[in-house]
Amino acid sequence: MRQAVRMLARDWRAGEVRVLAAALVVAVASITSVAFFADRVSRALVRDAHQLLGADLVLVSDHPWQREMADEIARRGLQRAEAVNFISMARAGESSTLAGVKAVSPNYPLRGRLRIAPAPNAPDGPAQQGPARGTVWLEERLVTALGVPMGASLKLGTAEFKVAAVLTLEPERGTNFFNIAPRLVMHQDDVPATGLVQTGSRVWFYLYAAGEPAAVAAFDAWARERLERGQRVDNLESGRPEVRASIDRAQRFLGLTALLAAILAGVAIALGTRRYVERHLDGCAVMRCFGATQRQLLSLYAAEFLLLGLVACALGCAIGYVAQNAIGAALGTMLRAALPPASPLPALQGILVGVVLLLGFALPPLVQLKNVPAVRVIRREAGAPSTSALAVYAAGVAALGGLLVWQAGDAKLGLTVIGGFGAAVLVFAAVAWAALRLVSAAPVARRLGARSLALRYGLANLRRHARGNAVQVASLALGLTAVLLLTFTRNDLVDAWRRSAPPDAPNRFLLGVQPEQVAEVRRFFAARGIAAPELNPMVRGRLVTVNGKPVTEADYGEERAKRLVEREFNLSYAERPPAHNQVVAGRWFAPDARELSVEEGIAATLGWKLGDELAFAVGGQRFDARVTSLRKLRWDSMKINFFVIAPSALLADFPASFVSAFRAEAGQEAALNELIKRFPNLTLVDVGAAVKQAQGVIDQLINAVQFVFLFALGAGLLVLYSALVATEDERRREAAVMRVYGASRAQVTGSQRAEFLAMGLVAGILATLGAALIGQLLARRVFELDLPPSPELWIAGPLAGVALLSLNAWLSARKVLSASPALTLRDSV
Amino acid sequence: MPGEAVAIVGASGSGKSTLLALLAGLDTPTAGSVVLDGASLFDLDEDARAELRGRAVGFVFQTFQLLPSLTALENVMLPLELAGRDDAEAAAREILARVGLAERTHHYPKHLSGGEQQRVALARAFAVRPKLLLADEPTGSLDAEAGDAVIALLFQMNREAGTTLVLVTHDEPLAQRCTRIVRLAAGRIVA
Repeated sequence: MRQAVRMLARDWRAGEVRVLAAALVVAVASITSVAFFADRVSRALVRDAHQLLGADLVLVSDHPWQREMADEIARRGLQRAEAVNFISMARAGESSTLAGVKAVSPNYPLRGRLRIAPAPNAPDGPAQQGPARGTVWLEERLVTALGVPMGASLKLGTAEFKVAAVLTLEPERGTNFFNIAPRLVMHQDDVPATGLVQTGSRVWFYLYAAGEPAAVAAFDAWARERLERGQRVDNLESGRPEVRASIDRAQRFLGLTALLAAILAGVAIALGTRRYVERHLDGCAVMRCFGATQRQLLSLYAAEFLLLGLVACALGCAIGYVAQNAIGAALGTMLRAALPPASPLPALQGILVGVVLLLGFALPPLVQLKNVPAVRVIRREAGAPSTSALAVYAAGVAALGGLLVWQAGDAKLGLTVIGGFGAAVLVFAAVAWAALRLVSAAPVARRLGARSLALRYGLANLRRHARGNAVQVASLALGLTAVLLLTFTRNDLVDAWRRSAPPDAPNRFLLGVQPEQVAEVRRFFAARGIAAPELNPMVRGRLVTVNGKPVTEADYGEERAKRLVEREFNLSYAERPPAHNQVVAGRWFAPDARELSVEEGIAATLGWKLGDELAFAVGGQRFDARVTSLRKLRWDSMKINFFVIAPSALLADFPASFVSAFRAEAGQEAALNELIKRFPNLTLVDVGAAVKQAQGVIDQLINAVQFVFLFALGAGLLVLYSALVATEDERRREAAVMRVYGASRAQVTGSQRAEFLAMGLVAGILATLGAALIGQLLARRVFELDLPPSPELWIAGPLAGVALLSLNAWLSARKVLSASPALTLRDSV
Repeated sequence: MPGEAVAIVGASGSGKSTLLALLAGLDTPTAGSVVLDGASLFDLDEDARAELRGRAVGFVFQTFQLLPSLTALENVMLPLELAGRDDAEAAAREILARVGLAERTHHYPKHLSGGEQQRVALARAFAVRPKLLLADEPTGSLDAEAGDAVIALLFQMNREAGTTLVLVTHDEPLAQRCTRIVRLAAGRIVA
């Protein structure tokens, strides 16, 4: 062991293991930062589990609960509480803002307590029961936004309330981990007075039950059998699935990014170890000569690397711990629950990853060292290490694959990532190999080669080193892809998202206009000189059958399709297609026919075709009609869009509300405030403010993710670096030989430059292609955006490749030329 | 015989290096045996041969074979450390002083001249007090002056340590300084 410590110190000093150590530190830091953070969040969830639901069982519905359900809770001797949730405008004086309203029965919650404070920043305490009638409790964010002191009055719809307390904690807060609209709690019986729950409002109805576990379980089973579409039951086991799902998704995303860093680090470790082994072959042969046994050599190197691994892992964990605090801080106000301190478990996870990387990628080539025959000291050609990378790294790749699947928490996702990464490496290497051979054999290259010796040699080298160069180009391209993705593509995505709203786009949404108010609202606008907005009728209906076959969530595999089917559709009616819609297939319906026009995207998602017969249920009634046209919409127009439009004759008799999108110019705010005062049931959404709020949340998320991306970026750069130094020794030797045989400095540098330039170009183009492809995939699949091709990326990518390798050519040429050829050759024999 | 110096001479490709590799047990013969320090080399497995080498054999190579990442001192310490000696550093310093490099212990091979590098290699070879010292063209990479100095040192240390020296060379005057000369041609001893 002492010997191993000494050897590590010597190798460190000689710079032989620094890249390896750095790669390990990056990998471990990246994994642990996410793991520490995830650990704290999940511990918070566990800690709060008992009051997460506010009850033992929660029933949620998007329409009022059937009476029998509520009665059954009481009949079985369980406690029962109720709540209604919806979004609405809260107004105080001249200011108004969106609030997430929760109207509760006095005994809410059945488990846990609401906590309130008499004033902002004052000490809080548990509330004995919900708000008294005529009063509301506001979350502090809302108090600030509205500027209402305690005791002031606040308007919600047509009713007026007194602000009685600051809400500091509510059960089900898990729901609000990532919530945008701040909470307002009021008494359930005050809801009718507000006039806010009307046709077209999106309202969630909650039933809470608590009691003896056996009785709860029995009721749970009973209730599940009677659920209608749009209803579900949450218990402690299923634990607010939608909360868990969103947090899980965020964590999985962070986790996969962290693993990307780890994979890249693995590549850097593999490259670094290969160079290490090549440089230590002679040393091993000498040691064998001096009597070192194979076991001695193996344990020596294994101990050295283990030591290196432990030190690097410890450092990585420490950095990860610091970074996770930064992730938490970046998420800031989004995390509304105080997180408990992290457990030491994630450190173990990080160390495990480090050890797997080291064992998987460093040990196999190291084992070759022990097999170096001693006779190599006399005959150099003996005992070159096997170059069959595939066999050597199979263990590493398999171990890493296991880790990925584990981290992704889902075999399919994990395997997709591994498969994608593996395919990328293979494709990169194959394309690089072919491209380099092509470049060197191209007629134009031959013509150029005839004129310049340097060029001829450089291009010949491309062919001679084809395999080694292909590996190097693939590694380079991989590292560069990561760098390009994290710089250009990321910015492009953010820009595309920002640009998606045109400057003259509507900036206000008006929701919940009742049919009898339509004419009045129009007059209101006209009287104030604001262009009368187009009011579109909206009927909420649930899809029940397609071609006579009943529809259930289970019919669809895609998450988005399931969501669409599960929810109520916003249907509309009109005589002509909206101006910003375009019929792309079929024909617009006849005014009195039982026909529909649907949006092409949703038709594709749900598998609807022209001629399909769809049936919708609206309230207790239903209607059916045939799809006769597909429409293309511009979602980013910020105008009101509908998936399904029917002729008025078909829908006009169903209960509808009207919605509108319009543009309010500066100076019209007063008129809009007046509109809300006059029609308190309307919800006016300031898109700018809402986008700003959402943007704030997204910025915080991006900040958090950026920390993890930084690690991936670092790992990518390490791959770049180790790919470049991997062949440095060999190139120096070749250059020395050329000089010995009379090549001028210019010829030596020229030939290297030609070779590197071609490699840089190929690597740069490959990386650009990779980044562009991944960018498009992200844009379409994840963000649902159109990402225009980025000229900057296409210029910067290849340039970056060329620049990097030119720099490398320059540096290595300097090294080669600064040393005398004799010395270089003597070093290398 | 202890203290004896044997020169192996012959043209290129005559089998000098192969013989040396066989003597050290670095290579295995298709037939025949080598007895070293009472042990029949090829009855031992690879690791046992290595262990025997570590105990009884020293090497000097034409290309020095110093490890580039180690200082002169550390290069000399290496075989001592492999043999598990606690006094590796002191012993290495002492012998480096004997070859006249007391002032250059912390230099890396690339900062030493060829002659100095071969003297470090000599110090390394003698550090473990081997019974047999195998030298493969020890002056082959050196100019005449440095070569003479290294050879003088080699013979002097060989005498003092009572080591058996086997020297592969095609330098006839150098061969003449040895007590016995073995001439090889096409893999056979001709004289």
